[in-house]
Parts: sequence; structure tokens; C-alpha cells
Amino acid sequence: MSEAQALRPELRDPIARRRLAWAISAIVLLWPLGRLAEFHPAVLLDPANAGVMGNFVRGFLPPAADAEFLRELLQATLQTLAIATAGVALAFVIAVPLAILATRSLSIAALGPADGRWRGRVLRQGVRTVMVLARSIPEIVWALLFVRASGLGPAAGVLALAITYGGMLAKVYAEILEAADARPARALLQAGSGRIAALCFGLLPLAAEELVSYTVYRWECAIRAAVVMGFIGAGGLGQLVDQAIKGFVPGQVSSISLVFLALVMLAEAISFVLRKVLG
Amino acid sequence: MSVHRGRRAAGLACLAVTGLAVIASFGFLAVDFGGLFEAQARHRMASFVVEFFPPDVSPAFLRQVGFASLQTLAVSLLGTLIAAVAGGLLALPAAGRFGRLPKWAARSMLNGLRSVPELVWASLMVLAAGLGPFAGALALALHTTGVLGRLFAESLENASPVPETALRDLGAGPVARFLYGTLPLIAPQCLGYVLYRWEMNIRMATILGFVGAGGLGQMLYFHLSLFQQQQAATVLIAMTLLVLADDALSGRARRALSAQTH
Repeated sequence: MSEAQALRPELRDPIARRRLAWAISAIVLLWPLGRLAEFHPAVLLDPANAGVMGNFVRGFLPPAADAEFLRELLQATLQTLAIATAGVALAFVIAVPLAILATRSLSIAALGPADGRWRGRVLRQGVRTVMVLARSIPEIVWALLFVRASGLGPAAGVLALAITYGGMLAKVYAEILEAADARPARALLQAGSGRIAALCFGLLPLAAEELVSYTVYRWECAIRAAVVMGFIGAGGLGQLVDQAIKGFVPGQVSSISLVFLALVMLAEAISFVLRKVLG
Repeated sequence: MSVHRGRRAAGLACLAVTGLAVIASFGFLAVDFGGLFEAQARHRMASFVVEFFPPDVSPAFLRQVGFASLQTLAVSLLGTLIAAVAGGLLALPAAGRFGRLPKWAARSMLNGLRSVPELVWASLMVLAAGLGPFAGALALALHTTGVLGRLFAESLENASPVPETALRDLGAGPVARFLYGTLPLIAPQCLGYVLYRWEMNIRMATILGFVGAGGLGQMLYFHLSLFQQQQAATVLIAMTLLVLADDALSGRARRALSAQTH
């Protein structure tokens, strides 16, 4: 900056000091961060590592396409889809009763002074805690535990999805149901109908569309999750990628990645159609 | 009326297809769910669960877990920061600021980065950078660059062009036009996206260690492999606490941010 500019107040940055302070504190914070994460970009250029990676990347083309591998790939793809679908189906079965229990709009005690008021609140809180705990451990950790506990293959993936997605679906179902206008359901309850009838005729007509589209979205996520869970031995595409990377067969890695890309696009297309038809 | 009936038929068809898909899935996997609940399997499962108690809370081990938790946080933050910078750089061409060809190239690159799951990136990065947290940070950075780049590009495209046109008419250069015209408009939204991805990356960083990329995941995998269930239990508790804290704080941060921008 030249002398003349420095003297002209309109060219001086009015928050220069604040910017400097931010920059310094960012560097001070980043330093230990880099140390903790062992940030050493130089290892990427290390001839040994770079050579290994270079060979691997060069091997991506052409993608592996021999008949035996393709058969294995098809099997793994179907398995991944089946894990995701079965997992979400079980999660749905778990989530529906939890969501109904947790929804305040369906509380009969909330209508007015009643004996069960306190009990209902405790029950709802308990159900919510269960949902949070089921959700807060990632599905792949559940899968790892199941694999280690019982040596299950794909079934571990299904159970893991059922638990985490059960918690997630229940939480969001309850939120959607509570966001809907509670008056029809309340009117039905006040007229003496049961909770299930109030749900079916009072709440569902208002919330069905959103419930369906969220479920379909979760199925889409479940496909990704099912791929990832293969890495710890729960079958499907993930297990195939893991084997291909560890066995150093880059052509197979690229074939599997292409299938994975196609699968994600297919799931997006299917959920688009489903939402259109049902929405 | 016939429209109604058509919709109803379509809905029933969807329901039927879904039902068939679910039955086919269970059939294909041929999971013996009955066997899971047989006495022997139940017994094995129960004894496995019992082995987790009591969790190892010796000070030395807690220190290790604390270090791994910090490392997990550092990996997630570093990965997200690298991704924010790289995503920002790629978003400019992806929003079509440098013409058609760069736009297409940047978009395909972002799509490619995004479509590979973090764990696959992580096991590739373990090849490229060796075992350890750096591989995890790189893996998060690669996937998140794809996600953030696309989100940034969308905000750029949706931002009002008026400030930039005004600056251009005043004779400002392209860099100044972007920095003072468009960037302030999209900065809060982009910051929101970065925070949101950071939140997701904290969860992700806890499990990247399964393929050898450091942090809590690596510890969990290690101790479970050695059948040290009590140590594994402590790591699991740390993971849960990290995720719960992440949930609580991110919700609060997002509310504060949206209160500031609206």
C-alpha cells in the first residue's frame, strides 16, 4: 500500500483489525488440528505411496468385465438392494408403533384432566429416549457388533438398518404427525373413538404424502448404507469393493463404482416416480 | 371421479410392488430369523452383551479414548475445511462463470467425487497416504468437496446478479465484482452448508477408522478384533456422547445462524 493510499480514509479497510484477529486465531486453531489429524500432505508425493496409487489409478481402465466377475457383481448388487429393502421394511415395522406412542396429538389424556396424564408423559419420554439411543449409534457400528456377535453376513446389515432406521423413521414420523393439524384427530378422540381410528381418519389423510416421501427417501439412504456396511463383512457391494481394494484389483473397483453410481441414480429415479404417483 | 380412481389404482399398484419387493428381499437373503431367536443363538448373544460390562474406565484408557475423540473431531474439521476451500474453487466454474466447457468439466468432477461413499474413499486413501487419520481427513475432504461444490454452485447461480452488474457499471474488475457483489450475498448460506456438512462429517469420522483411518473407529475395530469388549464398550460410549453432543450443538448453532440471517 502506498503512502498516499494509506492516508486516504475512504480506502482504508474499516475492519482490518478484526480481519487480522480472525486470521491469527484461525491459524492458532488450525495448527493443533493439523497435528492431531497428522496432516502431512507430503506423504502423498512420497515415491512409494505415489507409485502404488498411480498403478492403482492406471488399473481403473478398463473396468473388469469378465463373465465370472459380472455374475458376482450382479449377485452383490441384488444383495445390497435386498439388504436395504428388508432393512427399511423391518425399520418401518419398528417405527410405526413407536411413532404412534410418541405422538402427542393422539394422547387421550391430553384432552383434559385425566388420571393417565402423568403416565402418558413418562411413556412418551421413554419412547423418545429409546429412539434417540437407537439412532445415535451409526448403523455400521451396529452391523459390526452383529457380525462379531453372531458371524451373520447380510442379516447383520438388515438388523443394523432396522435398528437405526427404526429410530430415525419413528422420530420423523412423530414429528410429521405432530406438525399436521391436530384438530380432526382431537375431535375424533373427544367423540370417543380409539387412538388407531383417530390416527387413520384424523391424522393420516393430512400427513400421508409426507410420510411416504420420507420413507422413500430413507430407502434411498439405506442403499448407500447397505453398500458401506459391506466393508465390515455384511455382504453386498461393499464387501466386493473391500476385497477388490485389498486384493489390489483396480479394474474391479472401477466396475463396482460404476454399478454403484447406476444404483444411486436408479434409486433416485424410482423414488421420484413413487413420490409422483403417491404425492 | 375417474382421476380419483386412477390415482387409487396407481397407489395400490405401488403398494403391491413394494410388498413384493420386500418379500423378494427377505427371500433372496434367506435370513434365518427364526434361528436368531433360538436358545443357543440367544445365549451366545446374551453372553456377548454381558462381556461389554463393565466398560473400561481406567484413567490410562480414558486418556486414549479422549485422544481418539479429539482426533476424530480434528479429522472431521480438517476434512470439512479442505472441502469448503476446494468446493468453493470448483463451484465458480461449475456455476458457469468461465463458459460451457469448464462448467461441464467441473460438474462431472463434483458428481464423481460425491457419488463415491466416504468409506470407499477412505480405503483408497489408506493406499495413497498410509494408515492413519490423514487418510480419513482426505477421504472426507474428497466426498464433501463434491457435495459442497454443488451446493455452492447452486447458491451462486441463484444469487441476484444486480450487485455485480452495478459494480461492473462502476468499473470494478471481475475479482472485486465477485468479492464485493456476490460473495456477501451467498456467504451466510454457504456457511450454513459447511456447518451442516461438518455435523455429518463428525458422525462419519467416527466410523472411518474401520478401514484404518484413525480416530474412535479404529480403536473400536481394534478392540473388537482382539475380543476386548470392555474397552470396546468405552469407545462405544464415547462415540454415542460425541454424536449426541454434535446433534444438540448443531441444532443450536443452526438456529442461531438462521436467526442472524433472517
